[in-house]
Amino acid sequence: MIVTYAVLDGFDLGVGIVHLYVGRTEAERRMLLRSVGPLWDGNEVWLIAGGGALFFAFPKLYALAFSGFYLPLIMVLWLLILRGTSIEFRSHIESVVWHPFWDVAFAGASAMLAIFFGAALGNILRGVPLADSGYFFLPLFTDFTTSGQVGILDWFTILMGLSSLAALALHGALWVALKTPGELRERARRTADLIWWATLALSVVLLVVVPLVQPHLGARFPDEPWGFVFPAIAATALIAIRWFNRGGRARDAFLASCAYIAGMLFSVAFGLYPYVLPSNLNPADSLTIYNSATTAYGLKVGLMWFIPGILLAIGYFVFVYRSFTGEVSLDEEGY
Amino acid sequence: MEALTIHRLQFAFTVIFHYLFPQLTMGLALLIVVLKTLALRTGEGHYNHAARFWARIFGINFVLGVVTGIPMEFQFGTNWASFSRYSGGVIGQTLAMEGVFSFFLESSFLGAFLFGEKRLGPRLHWLAAFLVFLGTWLSGFFIIATNAWMQHPVAYQPGPDGALALKSFWGLFLNPWLGWQYLHNMTASVVTASIVMAALGAFYLLAERDQDYGRTFIRIGVTAGLIASAILIFPTGDEQGRNVAHYQPVTLAAMEGLFKSEKGAPLAIIGQPDVQAEALDNPIFVPRALSFLTYRRWMAEVRGLDDFPRDTWPDNIPLLYYAYHIMVGLGTIFVAVLALAGFMLWRGQLYDTPLMLWALMLLAPFPYIATTAGWMTAELGRQPWLVYGLLRTAQGSSQAVSSGNATFTLIGFAGMYSVLAVLFLFLIYLEVESGPEPASSAGHAAQTPNA
Ligand code: HDD
Ligand code: HEM
Ligand code: HEM
Repeated sequence: MIVTYAVLDGFDLGVGIVHLYVGRTEAERRMLLRSVGPLWDGNEVWLIAGGGALFFAFPKLYALAFSGFYLPLIMVLWLLILRGTSIEFRSHIESVVWHPFWDVAFAGASAMLAIFFGAALGNILRGVPLADSGYFFLPLFTDFTTSGQVGILDWFTILMGLSSLAALALHGALWVALKTPGELRERARRTADLIWWATLALSVVLLVVVPLVQPHLGARFPDEPWGFVFPAIAATALIAIRWFNRGGRARDAFLASCAYIAGMLFSVAFGLYPYVLPSNLNPADSLTIYNSATTAYGLKVGLMWFIPGILLAIGYFVFVYRSFTGEVSLDEEGY
Repeated sequence: MEALTIHRLQFAFTVIFHYLFPQLTMGLALLIVVLKTLALRTGEGHYNHAARFWARIFGINFVLGVVTGIPMEFQFGTNWASFSRYSGGVIGQTLAMEGVFSFFLESSFLGAFLFGEKRLGPRLHWLAAFLVFLGTWLSGFFIIATNAWMQHPVAYQPGPDGALALKSFWGLFLNPWLGWQYLHNMTASVVTASIVMAALGAFYLLAERDQDYGRTFIRIGVTAGLIASAILIFPTGDEQGRNVAHYQPVTLAAMEGLFKSEKGAPLAIIGQPDVQAEALDNPIFVPRALSFLTYRRWMAEVRGLDDFPRDTWPDNIPLLYYAYHIMVGLGTIFVAVLALAGFMLWRGQLYDTPLMLWALMLLAPFPYIATTAGWMTAELGRQPWLVYGLLRTAQGSSQAVSSGNATFTLIGFAGMYSVLAVLFLFLIYLEVESGPEPASSAGHAAQTPNA
């Protein structure tokens, strides 16, 4: 679910990140917003549903992690509020003062969210100070190192944040290239090309530092080599993005970018398994899928409604995306 | 201040603010389906324009509902971590189901509804409206199921490490508290939407503009509002009260300001509870009515607060008492005003009676006050329990979050929501100003000559 959220909301976040740079004129910016207008809310629901699924399947993880990450989570909420309102409220008034304000709000909130999400993943990878009482609380930052009394932000999580920013900006630019015509498309393609280099550089750095920061991950890949398929998918996809984008195959480039994000996230998930929230003090206090899951009965009934429910949801998505395929134009009705 | 107090304040503030929006959208979703049905039946542009106008109002409310709803879900984990850990095995189910079954539905089809009128065609567009309605009502259902469980926990068993585990999935939905609470709450949201619709109609008539639409809004709003507000009192409000009497007798005593147990207990209409002296000051009573309403017998004994240990009394009795009386008082006023308006509508006098139009217009804020008061009744009445009889509120909050950090976020929410409120009012004002008449684009101008 989280992966789906990343791939889907990823592109509308990405559109936000590149919004100010790619969209130069009022009409272009409207077009960018229109390309995510009908879809962003549905995409965001994957986050809510993901949170809900986490709550019911792993109540202990939900309770510990949400109170431990209190400050950054509440800030994520504020950013989500700002972003949601900026997409929806921008169009309500025709004014040269009103629009730029919401454009900046939209772009700023989107970029911050991308960084926060990356940093959150970084925190999970690095581990948090879980001791046997269970509860912990992380300040925003301490001394920026990855051991001892850590904060939400340290050099590693910031690096993760930047990688996520780059990856999502790329994803967003490719979406714009897919959904818009003319000059806007050209500019989006060139932007994607630029960001691609940043993404590449950051991916290579991560490849080196992640196993150092989280030794468990470093150990798990050699132990079960089939797991290498996930990083391999990510690497292939990254190369494919450039290939397709150069060749003007916007759809394939966007799909490759989806595969890249999914590949990266699956690599992390595989590397952490069975941990869901490792402790950086004492590995024995880590939360694993075994010690934080709800009871077998709860999981069983949960799956009975979850699977049909998700199939239905996918059904709606297919329906809505099919009704809104094709390039965006401005003369369509809307509200 | 103590961290617990801040957590409570923050939760109360954010949920009250959140609920201002869904109560309109849930009711309005139903009225929009009515408008779309009329449009399909009569094939008239009029009803379609009206539906489109309300869809815009719906859209603004919906966005605010979404952006203020996400914090609600997160706060269970961030501010009420011990509670989440303790009861997540049970209510995690309903909260996750809300996401999977209703939010996907409403958000997908709202997009289709708002942006797809041409692409979908009239029938599919009606269907999209209907599915949005279904989504919002399912959403209300799952959240009320969660709340009903906190009011009257069922279908659980102690699990490993002291937390609760789910015992029976269906038991969760067969909760005797759930049905009436859901119906009462949903009819309340229909009342909100109907009164808002009628009030706007009255405004257009009084302002002598968009009068066709004004009359339509009044007709639909008054009719739906009258039906819903009657159902609100009887049977749903009545049955809710009986549930409280049965499962939370101490709450009932506090709501009614009944300090001493009595046979043939009177119903207090007005009065100020004095907790120190354990008496109601300046009361006006209807003799024996309370006994009759709760037990259907004039002489039945109703247990007063003195029958219960002090540490199980709700912790803010005066506020609880006022909240309850405000809700019931306003409910009575709604029925009275809407019945009169309905009668005049039937006699064909309503549109030409400015006094009545003013009354309808000024009614608009009151359903919001009534529902907020209703929720305060439910939530304050549940105190001092977070999960009734199982977990005290004091044990439910996040131990790890200090009062300083919680104060910081409470101030942040207060600031953020004030800005949202101003924006919201401003945008609604713009929509009301621009009115239901479609902007004079070439196609429409021809159909509506005199606009
Ligand atoms: C337009 C709003 C409105 C109006 C006019 C009324 N209610 Fe109400 N009431 C609600 C809106 C509401 C609500 C906001 O929807 C509540 C809060 C929780 C819930 O499920 O519904 C509620 C809860 C609620 C409760 C539950 C308290 C608890 O759970 O502890 C009772 C006993 C009543 N109501 C009874 C009544 C009666 C007897 C009314 C008769 C006049 C009435 N309500 C009018
Ligand atoms: C929209 C309607 C709701 C409103 C207006 C509302 C209102 C309130 C209020 C006023 C309080 C504060 C009580 C106090 O401080 O003594 C409160 C507390 C709380 N409510 Fe609700 N509530 C609503 C719905 C819900 C639902 C649906 C749930 C659960 C799913 C819920 C769970 C809680 C919790 C966990 C607390 C914190 C404990 C406490 O302080 O009492 N509320 N709510
Ligand atoms: C503490 C309790 C609550 C939580 C955790 C909560 C959570 C949420 C969330 C996450 C959303 C956004 C959904 C989206 O993206 O579409 C939302 C919207 C919504 N909520 Fe709540 N909510 C709460 C209280 C309530 C109550 C009491 C009701 C009504 C009975 C309600 C009804 C709705 C509806 C109908 C929506 C759809 C948006 C709208 O129509 O404005 N919520 N809520």
